[in-house]
Amino acid sequence: MTKPLISVENLSKAYRIGAKEDIPDTLASAAKTWLKSPFKNFKKLSRLNTFEGTDTRNIHWALKDVSFKVQEGEVIGIIGHNGAGKSTLLKILSRITQPTKGRAVIQGRISSLLEVGTGFHPELSGRENIYMNGTILGMKKVEIDRNFDDIVDFSGIGKFLDTPIKRYSSGMKVRLAFSIAAYLEPEILVIDEVLAVGDQEFQNKCLGKMQDVAKSGRTVLFVSHNMAAVESLCTRGILLKNGSIALSGRVADVTTEYLKPKGSGNLDQTARFKSEDTLIRDIQLLNSNNEPTDAIATGSDICFSIKLQSDHPLSNLTLRIVLTTDNGIRVCNCNSRIETNQLFDVKQSAAVEARLTRQRLAPGKYLVAVGVFHHGEELQNVDPAFTFEILASDIFGTGLLPSSRKAVYLPECEWIFPGLPISSN
Amino acid sequence: MTDSAHPTKAVTVIAPGRQGLMSSMRDLIEYRDLFVFWIWRSVKIRYAQSALGIGWAIVQPLFSTIVFTIIFGNLAKINSDGLPYAAFSFAALLPWTFFANSVTESTGSLIQNANMISKIYFPRIILPLGAMVAKLLDFAIAMVVMIAMICWYRIVPGIQILALPFLILLMFTTSAGVGILLTAMAIQFRDIKYGINFALQLLMYAAPVVYPLSKVPEKYHLVYALNPMVGVIEGFRSCLLNSRPLPWELILIGGVTSTLLLLFSIHYFHTKERLFADVA
Repeated sequence: MTKPLISVENLSKAYRIGAKEDIPDTLASAAKTWLKSPFKNFKKLSRLNTFEGTDTRNIHWALKDVSFKVQEGEVIGIIGHNGAGKSTLLKILSRITQPTKGRAVIQGRISSLLEVGTGFHPELSGRENIYMNGTILGMKKVEIDRNFDDIVDFSGIGKFLDTPIKRYSSGMKVRLAFSIAAYLEPEILVIDEVLAVGDQEFQNKCLGKMQDVAKSGRTVLFVSHNMAAVESLCTRGILLKNGSIALSGRVADVTTEYLKPKGSGNLDQTARFKSEDTLIRDIQLLNSNNEPTDAIATGSDICFSIKLQSDHPLSNLTLRIVLTTDNGIRVCNCNSRIETNQLFDVKQSAAVEARLTRQRLAPGKYLVAVGVFHHGEELQNVDPAFTFEILASDIFGTGLLPSSRKAVYLPECEWIFPGLPISSN
Repeated sequence: MTDSAHPTKAVTVIAPGRQGLMSSMRDLIEYRDLFVFWIWRSVKIRYAQSALGIGWAIVQPLFSTIVFTIIFGNLAKINSDGLPYAAFSFAALLPWTFFANSVTESTGSLIQNANMISKIYFPRIILPLGAMVAKLLDFAIAMVVMIAMICWYRIVPGIQILALPFLILLMFTTSAGVGILLTAMAIQFRDIKYGINFALQLLMYAAPVVYPLSKVPEKYHLVYALNPMVGVIEGFRSCLLNSRPLPWELILIGGVTSTLLLLFSIHYFHTKERLFADVA
């Protein structure tokens, strides 16, 4: 086995979190607090980055004892929910911030892309910003000279090259920024969700470029929420949970683990979310016979039974149900207000049913998120509440089953062949 | 893609604590192109979309000179070592304006670019240093005005003008020493940013800008010279206006404090550098 390109040992990072301030209760103590506050602020500011003598309650470990090794040519997907420590890990590996404990050894030239277009200045022209941003990314002037024409071609800014970029559309700016980054030539590349930029066409172009990079034998660390991108690009996955590695291994295993609903185990026969102390108490999936289930056939009804409870009356509420495929594609967004032009109230408790009649979802796993809103303000959002499965069935009545991975939606489609018309059903 | 021209693999060790001085130097060399572009960017954007443009570099010292000449020269009648007061004060404002402006620019450089600091690694010292080097352009332009003034008053500089490059170097190291230290502090304590302009205004009176050195009692000269700008300003007057022989003892004392300050500042900056992203 060759020496690993990146070797991370017990990497940890602590942040100080704000502790509650003492609130003065008399005028005298308020005056005293006010007079003392410059000294207190000074002490607080100077301790922003040290941890001696601090109450452990005020310290948050964003990353705790993370160890892994990366071999040359591996493309690693780092996934995790918000606050799991992904960005902190990337920031340490890109040397933006230093770890509190542990160490990492990196062999080779490393470039990180936590954002595209760092250092862009609106007053500078496209040409000038290419050089500015390129050198910030760690490129040499000669490297930029060599790739200059390709960068301009790839970005498609053409004749606006010598226009100050404050006159560019935001799409053009992003395209230019990504194009510069695309011509980085490091041995190790660290990327944080920069794919979600530009219009669809440009996104596909970017994804293609990323695939080239991944296939060219470059070592890549890739952080994303887009499971489809992770699955198609990465050779190995690392799942972070609360600052530690929860799972590391095959991409498919790691993404499955990531998408497992929180709280409930998957052993439960029915798809359900239950809670004791929140507004949304219970969400259950029912089939067309109103029986709890976790799998429903394509073409039949899906019913979500949602129970709400509140100790004070709430009025004018909206419910929203979002379905997402297990690789992160949003399928539908059902909004009770828009679809019925009605709002509903919760006195003490209420039960709401949402029925998707004869849904035409393709077979596969789906995630449900349920949110309650009051005049557009989110009161609670359970995301994801649980997963369920759509089973293949003969919805076209042809004896042939629709395939599961080709698309999400199976519309009724009328085919007309030369000569004779045929209805789809 | 073409293969990169890096035959030896760079090894980066990431661990708590300060980065080694050697590897810091290596990084700085690695990022030298960024340094050049950063200076150029600072120059380019400073006067973008302004009608007077680079002319602002002349306006500031010129108008200060006019005001000082009226108030201190004509009204208060401060003696100017027998020189025309305008030339006397402009020769001092030349290095002082550079000092004040470069320290201000440097102090703001990290705060203004805090977003960059939290998104990507590069040797942080490039930002304040680049901002200060960019200010040398303003200095050079003001120098042209100085030369015009020398011609106007028909002053013949003496042989000591050969020491001018050395004085400019001392002016820069002093500015860098103060600037780098304040920059590293300002990112954590924003008070520095608010206080700096005020402090620099007051500090101008701690250097012989509007009055001659001869107004300060002789016995305090050596203590006074601990402020490196004293030697620089008196040196400038000596070089450009032939007011007196070069005050070597003042320049030497200033040189020592300036060098010590610069070394300390670099050390402080280097210690704090890796925490900038956390406190910015």
